[in-house]
Amino acid sequence: MTTGVLNPSHYPARRAATVVQHYLNTRYGSPYRWIFLSTVHSGSAEDVAEMGRKYQLELTMQEMISNVSGRCSAELLFPGGEGQSAPQVQASCEGLHQSNTTAQEEAFYQQHRASNNLASGNDIPDSYGHMEPSVKPFWQLGGVASSFIMLRESNESTLYNMAQVANFTQLETEKDQLRFNYHVLLHEMISQEIIHWKLLVTWSPAQGVQVLQTELQPKCRHCEAPPNTTN
Amino acid sequence: MMLGLGSVGLVLLSLAVQSGHGAQDSAVWSREETTERNYYTRYHNMSEITAWMEQMKRENPDVVSSMVYGQTYERRNITLLKIGLSSTGRKKAIWMDCGIHAREWIAPAFCQYFVKEILRTYKTDTKVNEMMKNLDFYITPVLNVDGYIYSWHNESTRLWRKSRSPGTGGCTCYGTDLNRNFYANWGMVGVSTDCCNLFYCGTKALSESEAWAVTDMLGKMREDILAFLTIHSYGQQLLVPYGHPNISAPNHDELMEVGLGAAKAIKAVHRMDYTVGTSPDILYPFSGSSQDFGRLIGIPLSFTFELRDKGKHGFELPEDQIQPTCEEAYAGAHHIITYAHDKVFYSYAATVTATLWTTLLAAWVSSAILL
Repeated sequence: MTTGVLNPSHYPARRAATVVQHYLNTRYGSPYRWIFLSTVHSGSAEDVAEMGRKYQLELTMQEMISNVSGRCSAELLFPGGEGQSAPQVQASCEGLHQSNTTAQEEAFYQQHRASNNLASGNDIPDSYGHMEPSVKPFWQLGGVASSFIMLRESNESTLYNMAQVANFTQLETEKDQLRFNYHVLLHEMISQEIIHWKLLVTWSPAQGVQVLQTELQPKCRHCEAPPNTTN
Repeated sequence: MMLGLGSVGLVLLSLAVQSGHGAQDSAVWSREETTERNYYTRYHNMSEITAWMEQMKRENPDVVSSMVYGQTYERRNITLLKIGLSSTGRKKAIWMDCGIHAREWIAPAFCQYFVKEILRTYKTDTKVNEMMKNLDFYITPVLNVDGYIYSWHNESTRLWRKSRSPGTGGCTCYGTDLNRNFYANWGMVGVSTDCCNLFYCGTKALSESEAWAVTDMLGKMREDILAFLTIHSYGQQLLVPYGHPNISAPNHDELMEVGLGAAKAIKAVHRMDYTVGTSPDILYPFSGSSQDFGRLIGIPLSFTFELRDKGKHGFELPEDQIQPTCEEAYAGAHHIITYAHDKVFYSYAATVTATLWTTLLAAWVSSAILL
């Protein structure tokens, strides 16, 4: 494993930087704020005795909806030893919160708060990368919610992205939180696997995104049988 | 002479392009041109791509022919388009294949765009014209035909990657990773022997008829191929050989220089960053790839393109990104192909010129001494 100064375009820095991305989304993400890694400027890694490997990174992150970019300094620890333990991340960013999402979030919240018209959808985006504009905030919320899982599951040999929201269903609003069941497909780049997860997600402008339950779905082996393809 | 509307449209099209790179708006389009432009902003299933190949041949009989050079597991044809101005002698070649991995739909879309673009510009662009004279382009729009068709079946098959050959020896999953099946350090790193795994490298090297077809063609043409480009998504990267962490290509520095030049050309189009490096450095180690095989048999410039995006949409890249992705990838491919072409055709001329000057100088010096 590389120790010392990291090459910003090599994979160790990029994998660690993506973990920072997931962390930032769990802290600051919403249906109208979804953060992605833009550039790795510099990084270093070192072994910490009894604890694991610690990375320091200088990054630029970009908020996808407003296109606002911000410079971030981050430190993360991939715990060593037995058992699967989530990475620990600290990050401070300048400028990312400049995107003013309050009005949009409030409008979305009010629109969906009453339980007489619960939203749902599937295959977002579809095979062609399309989605209806009205469904986009649910896709973005799915991406942010997925970040909780992606952060928890990340290590130095993974690189996660959300591939698709397979489906989502809105549940009754409870304690002023919008609530949803999500089924998401995650793409793990290093194994190239598509991994299915179900999540119970809540959100409000005040409380942000919370993920109350997650459930790994078994790989669908029987789905691989050849269909009658004539194309 | 009476010009048909289509011809006028073509003239206006080429004028509009020459006046500004990428300009799409100001020219007057005929209905034919409009349809054609909309065509290259959508994904197409295998029947449509097959019909399109026939159309390319029909519309450009002097420069386009096709070749079936193998069969998939499910007995479908693997077809390439051979594009170039005909000549009497043996020509040098450029190889491009798309869609080794089924779910990477932007890759076949790029192959189609590339063909369209060189056919559109070879009569008016002096560089493309020169390259079409000196080179033949061998372009396979979809290599993994079975996998591609399967990925079009419904939403649950959209993210299929491998071929569609069945597992053996009691393993019930389908598919081999075609990009691990080539005879290039086969089975050594970044692979799995579990047929359910996404990196399953097959029962042996070239167990897959698709990999065998490419190997067979490259073997016949190896001395003539100047550049080998294999197109994938996603990640925005240009990978250079080898996938094995302990093996360097003999011309690694050249590959990096050309790759970085291509990335610069890509960035100039729509400001997208593409990272350049060996796979073990910037992605992960792996062996048995088509790119490694290309370099191993002596093709000097062998690149893997990983097109847009970086994970926001991943494999399901929206159709409104097809055009900009293809434009930037074309700029990158053009850079590599131009380098490969000029290295052979200008370096020869440069050598001849240098020899001529040396001879003249020697003659002048000796004549000066005599005087």
